[in-house]
Formats: sequence, C-alpha cells, structure tokens
Amino acid sequence: MNTLIELEGVYFKYAGSKEYSLKNINFKADKGEYILITGPSGCGKSTLTRVLNGLIPNFYNGELKGKIKVVGLDVKKTPAYKMAKYVGTVFQDPENQLFLSTVEREIAFGLENLGFKREVIRERVREALEMFKLNELKNKAPYELSGGQQQKVAIASIIALRPKILILDEPTANLDPLSAEEVLQLIDKLVKSLGILAIVIEHRLEIALKYATRMIIMDKGKIIADGDPRKVIISKEANIVGIPKVVEIYKRLVSEKVSLNTIPLSPEELAKLFVKVIKKDGE
Amino acid sequence: MESNEVVIETRNLYYAYEDEKYVLKNINLRINKGEIIAILGENGAGKTTLVKHFNGLLKPTKGEVFVLGKNVKDMSVAELSKHVGIVFQNPDHQLFSETVEKEIEFAMVNFGFEKHYIEERIEWALKLMGLEKYRNRSPYTLSIGERKRLTLATVLSYDPDILILDEPTAGQDFLQKEKIAELMNLLKHRKKTIIIVTHDIEFIVNRVERVILLVGGKIIYDGDKRGALTNYKLMKEARLLPPQVSQISWILYNLGVKLPKDILYTEELLRELLRIYKS
Repeated sequence: MNTLIELEGVYFKYAGSKEYSLKNINFKADKGEYILITGPSGCGKSTLTRVLNGLIPNFYNGELKGKIKVVGLDVKKTPAYKMAKYVGTVFQDPENQLFLSTVEREIAFGLENLGFKREVIRERVREALEMFKLNELKNKAPYELSGGQQQKVAIASIIALRPKILILDEPTANLDPLSAEEVLQLIDKLVKSLGILAIVIEHRLEIALKYATRMIIMDKGKIIADGDPRKVIISKEANIVGIPKVVEIYKRLVSEKVSLNTIPLSPEELAKLFVKVIKKDGE
Repeated sequence: MESNEVVIETRNLYYAYEDEKYVLKNINLRINKGEIIAILGENGAGKTTLVKHFNGLLKPTKGEVFVLGKNVKDMSVAELSKHVGIVFQNPDHQLFSETVEKEIEFAMVNFGFEKHYIEERIEWALKLMGLEKYRNRSPYTLSIGERKRLTLATVLSYDPDILILDEPTAGQDFLQKEKIAELMNLLKHRKKTIIIVTHDIEFIVNRVERVILLVGGKIIYDGDKRGALTNYKLMKEARLLPPQVSQISWILYNLGVKLPKDILYTEELLRELLRIYKS
C-alpha cells in the first residue's frame, strides 16, 4: 500500500466556533514523501495534522465532514490508541512531551503503552538508541539535555513504535539553527531509510525547504498551493509565507536576465548553479 | 555623538545557579542609550541568564551590574522593571491574569499609574499588537503566537526605556515577524534601547547594528554585526549559521570565484554576482 492518506472534501469546525478551520481539503499522500506544510498562523495546518492523527474527532469536539482514510482506516471510526500505532506525532516543545526519568525509559514508554512484549520493547529501544546515536545519553534525564537532543529523543520514542506516518508540528521552533538543521536532516534520513511518510509543519523555510519532496501552503483553512517545492516557492501564493533569501536572489538574477536554469533551495545549490552559468558563458 | 549615555554596564560579571559551575564568566559590557543589539548564541549559552541581570531578576554571583548609572544591588526589582521591560521566550511563564485586558493592566496598576492613563495605554497596546478582539478572553485560550504578542503588549504598555526581547520571532509566521520588525522600528524612532536575544540570523541582518556572541557563558565577540555574521569560524563556534547571503558568497569564494568573503546584504551580493557575470 503506497497511499497512506486520502482526504476528500474534508471540513472541520471546532465546537463553539463559527467558522470552519478546514475547508474542502483534498489531500493524498504516499509513503516516502517528505511534505512541508506552511502558512500563516491560524491557517489550519495544526488542525489538519489533528485530523490525520485522530486527535480530531477523538479529543477535539466539533463538526467533521468528508472522506478521511489514514493508513486505510476511517479516522472517524478508529479509536485514538489504534491510530497511534500508525501515526506518530512530535510537537513544538519537546519539554511537554518528555516526562520520564531517563532517555531509555522515555523511549520504552510508548511501546509499553501499546502493550508490546518485553523482549520486543528491549530490542526496539536498543535499535532506537543506536539509530539516533543516543547511547551515551540513555541514562540521562531528558531535562538535562539540550533542546536539540530532547527533540531527537521525542522523535526516537515515536520511531520506536514504527509508525507509517510521522507528523512534526514546528519541531524546530525552539532550536538553534544547527540543531534545527540536524533534526530536519534526521527526518530526511528516516524517510529515505524506512520509507515512512513525513509531514513537517515549519515556518523556517530557509532550512526546511531543501529536504522537502513536496510543499503545501495553507491559508484560511484551505490548501492554496501543493506541489514540487521548486514550483510552489516561486508561485504568488508563496508571498504570504516569506520566501528564503536564496530564492529571492534567484528571482532578482532572473530579472537581470541571468538564468540559473533551476530554482535553488539552498546556498550550496545557488552557488553551484551560478558557477555553472559563468563557466558555460566563458567557453 | 549625542547618545553616548551608558544605560547598562556589567563589570566582571560571573553567575552560578546554586553551587554549580559558572554559567556566565567575566562579562564586561557597555550598552549605550538608543542602541539596537542582538545577543546571539545556542540554547544554553547563557543569553537569558545574562539579560535577567538587567532587570534584577538575577543578582551577580561576582562582579557588578549598573542600570542607568545605578548599581542594581541598590535597586528593587519593581524600580528596575519600570525602566527595563523583558519579554520572555515562553509567554506562559509570564501570563497569569483572567483576561487579556487585565493582563496588560496589571503592571501599570502596580506602578501606580493614573486610571485614565492606564485605559489609554491598554487601548494603544491592544491595537498595536492586533489583540483588540481578544480583550475579554482568557490569555490561555489564545494561540502561542497571540500569547507572545500579549506579553509584548504588556511590557510596551508601561513604556520602559530599555526593552529586552527574548526570541521574539520563535514560532512566529512571516507576517508576525514583519510586524515585530515594524515595532522595533517604531521603538527605535522613540530612542529606546533594544536588546534582542535570538538565533534568528536572517531576522537580525537588517535590524540590529551590534552583535554580541555568547558561547558557554563567555563573550567571544562584541562589535559590528558584519564582523560576526560573516565570520564562519565564529558562527560555527556559537553553533549558528551565517545568513544565506553570506553562505552563498563564502561557498562561491571556496569554489574559486573572486568576490569578497564578508558579504552581508542581498544588494551587495547581487552587485558582485552581476559584475562577475558580465566580466
């Protein structure tokens, strides 16, 4: 099964709210995709992820309409604990997600909760510690770790459950740039090595863009752009999310009749494309 | 120079939480009135610990801190906070009132401002931060971005001379960031001293003049922003990334393209790229 998410004509309105937070969402996603979702605050991105992990309608009351299939399951009829096996969610502030005495216990907790056997738990924890290079930290308390390390632990404890879908809601909002880069790169590795589907909500496009295989922009509860990041980032819709400097420089060069052929998503790409152009013209 | 009035000064400042090792080591700083400064460094470098000394929330373990010419050990937190307003990174550490309006009112009532003035300032702050429609809501029902704007409104309402913004752009979308930038401009015109604690490098490129880099509780750089932001070695030591414009020029330089290594602004880079392209 390649298609993991199928939403058709989905609407959602929170209880007590007059307006729909999601309006006519049509969205399909496959395994192996790294989807970046961005948009102004209040645009509905977090609400969309809550539909995908079953927090809507399991924990948030409201009016939910439309067809929703996640990992083949109807979210409206599936209890939250069952969804948690397939869809893992990591939030902005790892401090709110980590609460046990050691990193090792933290990773084991979700597995224990889902009722795995002890041997399986031990094996999965060992694997996760290895994969995320957390062995040295396994006996430390999460609060002793840096923000980046904490976020890694939060992701490791989710990945230990072997979800098919990993959702990250602004995972780097409180991290310094190098830690943010590490976290987003780690997700890229997970997508490539485990073939999971990653959905990442981010405002920091200058770091996140280069890893995404697909970019979605939301505004006022609707998806207003969806596709190849290189196309979406130069669309007029991208103006509301602020385009990174590399893309701005690309556009300015084009307006000066210097074409780089492809839209660069990182400083490295821009530099290399520029060198290609000047070498070609020199020949 | 008219603005050589020192508003904050630290002399051999050391700080340790309880008996632990020092988290601030020998900090010597002089900040002039009207300056706009960014304090940069990774999480845990001591940025927030340092600025907490500026409004008396922390007292030095060793050394001295002077605010507006007075030693902070001779000033109460109440007196200090009238002059130095801090907006913390996590709004939830700062908000506690029943409604948005009461939250803004609180400090001003405490400072003994007159009623009609308080009402005026509440309206001004609500409008400035786009929070009018939430005035009767509980702060806890707001989104994190809105709560952050509320803490800003609270501090701006009593008009302190020195403003410290701790990670004001973290988790804010593009439009909110633009609003924060506008606000900084407004404060600059009103001759406020602004200290911004951040690792949002792209945000500060066009918005501050002076940069202080903190690593492991020590200042490793204090001076003109270009000297810090375009220096790969320093930035790496502070676990930061140079602005994308500087990264591009640096990578091009390493690929053998002849251009300066300390490019900071978009316009500078474009000028260089076009010059190279045409030659």
